[in-house]
Amino acid sequence: MTPQSPFMIAATVRVGQMKNLRTLLASMNKVPGHADPDNSLIPFSRFDRLHFARFVIIEANTTHEIKEFGVKPRLWRPTLAFLGDIDGDMHTFLAELVEQAEPGLKKIFSHCDGFSEEDQNLLEWIQAHTINPRANYVNWIGRTVKQIHEEAALHRSLSTYLQKIVDDVGRENVRTLRQKLLSHVEMEKYKGRLTLSPPEPTPTDWKIRNLLHMIGVPLILLLLSPLLLAIAPFFALRLRMLERSDPELFIRPSYEHINELSKQEDWDVSNQYSVFGDVKPGLFRLLTFKFILLLTDWFARHVYNRGFLARIKTIHFARWVFMDNNHRVFFASNYDGSHESYMDDFINKVGWGLNLTFSNAVGYPTTRWIIKEGAQRELAFKYTQRRHQIPTEVWYKAYPGLTAVDLARNSRIRQGVEIRQANDAEIREWLSLI
Amino acid sequence: MKKSNDFEFDDLQGLLRFGYGKLTDTCFMLLNIANVDAAKQWLNTAPISNAVTMDSPPDTALQIAFSVHGLRILGVSESIIGDFSDEFIHGMTRNENSSRRLGDIGRNAPERWEWGNDSVTMPHILLLLYAKKGDLEAWRKTVEDDRFSQAFQLLRQLPTSDIGRVEPFGFDDGISQPTIDWTYRQSTDPHERDRYSNLLAVGEMVLGYPNEYGQYTARPLINPKKDQLATGLPDAEDDPALKDFARNGTYLVLRELGQDVPGFWQFLDKASSSKSKKREHLAAAMVGRERNGTPLIAEHIPGISRKDHGNHFTYDLDAKGNHCPMSAHIRRANPRTGDLPGGVTGLGIVGFINRLIKILGFGQKPEEDLIASSRFHRLLRRGRSYGPFLAPEDAIKPDAPVAERGLQFICLVANISRQFEFVQNAWIVNGKFNGLQEEPDPLLGNREPLLSGGSTDHFNRPDPSGPMQKTCHLPQFVTVHGGGYFFMPGLRALKYISALPANGGNSSS
Repeated sequence: MTPQSPFMIAATVRVGQMKNLRTLLASMNKVPGHADPDNSLIPFSRFDRLHFARFVIIEANTTHEIKEFGVKPRLWRPTLAFLGDIDGDMHTFLAELVEQAEPGLKKIFSHCDGFSEEDQNLLEWIQAHTINPRANYVNWIGRTVKQIHEEAALHRSLSTYLQKIVDDVGRENVRTLRQKLLSHVEMEKYKGRLTLSPPEPTPTDWKIRNLLHMIGVPLILLLLSPLLLAIAPFFALRLRMLERSDPELFIRPSYEHINELSKQEDWDVSNQYSVFGDVKPGLFRLLTFKFILLLTDWFARHVYNRGFLARIKTIHFARWVFMDNNHRVFFASNYDGSHESYMDDFINKVGWGLNLTFSNAVGYPTTRWIIKEGAQRELAFKYTQRRHQIPTEVWYKAYPGLTAVDLARNSRIRQGVEIRQANDAEIREWLSLI
Repeated sequence: MKKSNDFEFDDLQGLLRFGYGKLTDTCFMLLNIANVDAAKQWLNTAPISNAVTMDSPPDTALQIAFSVHGLRILGVSESIIGDFSDEFIHGMTRNENSSRRLGDIGRNAPERWEWGNDSVTMPHILLLLYAKKGDLEAWRKTVEDDRFSQAFQLLRQLPTSDIGRVEPFGFDDGISQPTIDWTYRQSTDPHERDRYSNLLAVGEMVLGYPNEYGQYTARPLINPKKDQLATGLPDAEDDPALKDFARNGTYLVLRELGQDVPGFWQFLDKASSSKSKKREHLAAAMVGRERNGTPLIAEHIPGISRKDHGNHFTYDLDAKGNHCPMSAHIRRANPRTGDLPGGVTGLGIVGFINRLIKILGFGQKPEEDLIASSRFHRLLRRGRSYGPFLAPEDAIKPDAPVAERGLQFICLVANISRQFEFVQNAWIVNGKFNGLQEEPDPLLGNREPLLSGGSTDHFNRPDPSGPMQKTCHLPQFVTVHGGGYFFMPGLRALKYISALPANGGNSSS
């Protein structure tokens, strides 16, 4: 199994270069916000390990909101971030990136502070500007881009062939149907039109680190449990105090802002989401935020790694990143469906989870006991998440037209090719997927 | 608990409570205001029907709704208008993205609409006249008095016709409607709403009341100290110091949908090799009901006889769509899901653990629970058909009479974005609805390919034997000809509008 990794490169934009940078980034796009996979700056389609990528200029449009807490807004310089999700480890990918797209990357990063196109080692500079997420979510750990493409091709091929033969063979004749489909796959493989590569061996160092993480986090929490129990009442007290006193900001986002965001949405079956805001002031909120993200990361790695994040099955990748010395947080996700349906799904299915993390951010609707209300205050939540959302200049998805549910289904279809079903009911189930 | 006669039905336009089904003759007018003062005078005395029940049902009814242009021309201040939703202010055709999401591309593109795409063809006022059979002309004369003729200019009269209980394709229509909970019988707390209920909070349809989240939808509130005129408006329940301009009002969504009746039945006839039984099966599978309205569901639902199913059923026992395909129109338009998949069984600690497991997403099948909480996406439908009726048996004939047929689709909602636009986008147009494979609504879909090139012109019926039954190359059966968002005010708000200070003279811009 090849595990997935996130990467994120961030650098402040040189003063006076914003407009040029935006124009340059827009030149990579085919439709607003969507990269041409073969664009000359970074031909994304050449990277067969790359699932998603985006360029976003992180601007603190909402930084004044912290004034409501009696805190002076910190200075924030617009920051260019290049982030994505890949198969395998980040360092080899970055090297590959530089190898394949050095001129384009240099052109882009020359708009950033501390980078000059002539005398710079690009890879070193990039490595010095990477940021790790606090928590990272992968819809299906181990599912590679290659696998996704192979399985999608398998599904297409089987679907066409099944239509051809179903009337001749008869739809009741499921064993014959299966036999014919399996022979068809063998033939297509032989002809080189289908490939079903076996998974690569799991890297040993990843296995060890993953195991240590899986055991380590609960172990440490267990060791700390007397302490955690002891502070729990104080935590609860302080939490309720803050929940009562934190100002709630009910500010409607401007239509122009919504328009700018929605211009980029709903071209494909999936969309991107980038949101940026301030962490609420005070150590209590920061520590709570960090602790929740520690748990989120643990659950994402070891529990929710098989196609669902609690009740949500439409998120491909998501990450939480602390920036500006833990004063701000950046969240990015790739999801299926429209923005409105993503948010409604969030509110109705995992409102509690949103509340846990984002109630520690400025502008989030008031929560009760950290999991109640919050997102359920529908309009306040929808306003705040849109207000804090920032446009993504360039977005790339390696498998347009496919949702996370599609990917899971294709994997099940492939599994049915490789593992014999035990009885007719299972064969029928398999055939119904195609 | 409130009694239903406590509700301010006398301030509500009747359409929120009644479908006026007995008033079979209708005239839907798109009006522009030619003379603002005359318009206000007419509005001041206009016989707009309220929602109070009478001993004998009325012989006529009159309803009114305004576009944002209409409100502006009548002098409603920008500070009030700015507090309406973006969807209402900027309209159904506000930008390319909204058109993409609503499926208004290709043949449905607003550039091809007959009305509603620009300020020239988007009316100021929508006036709905209803009358008993044969009474419409007289009613129209009463409504269109001298002042009316001075005040308004008829931009367009939307065609309507009485073809009985069916819609133009020949299916019984209007069966699935939410029941509005006028008496607050039902809690909106998620803990009590695991299962689907047809009862819906007033605030989902009427502005100024708590919605299914227990919240008040944002709307224009007025400080009466700054606006004397507003003293006649109802108080805002959530902020008693302010007056509620929108209370007892609602948003009215109108879409003129052309239906190609011969095209629909001739395609089905071909796809079923002219076998009438097969054709009817396929048609019913696309709609989700037989022509007489019987829903396609498992025969036995405990406690309810099949005859009474009409609107009393869910798809809980048909998770795979073997009875009613996932893609069937009525399953998309209302998936009838509760807040938690399959509800929660067990009491006390068992129930608690059960609930926790479900909330955390465990123990689910891969394609379970993709669509939940239907209660936040319901529409109160009030549409009327147009064009001559054509029986399916005649529609399949090659010489079937050609005519403009279709539906003046009307729905009333408190939140255009979460209700109408969500249903239209995420459930109707979205080819990935409920785990489907690039299948938009078989009736309403526009058949435009995905950006990645994938085709969307097919309809799959799951089959218990295993392989799905595919119907390919569906043509487009329904085409959008026009549409718009309107605000249907409460009657006190209508008085407020008609009493606004004159800004003088003619205004046609």
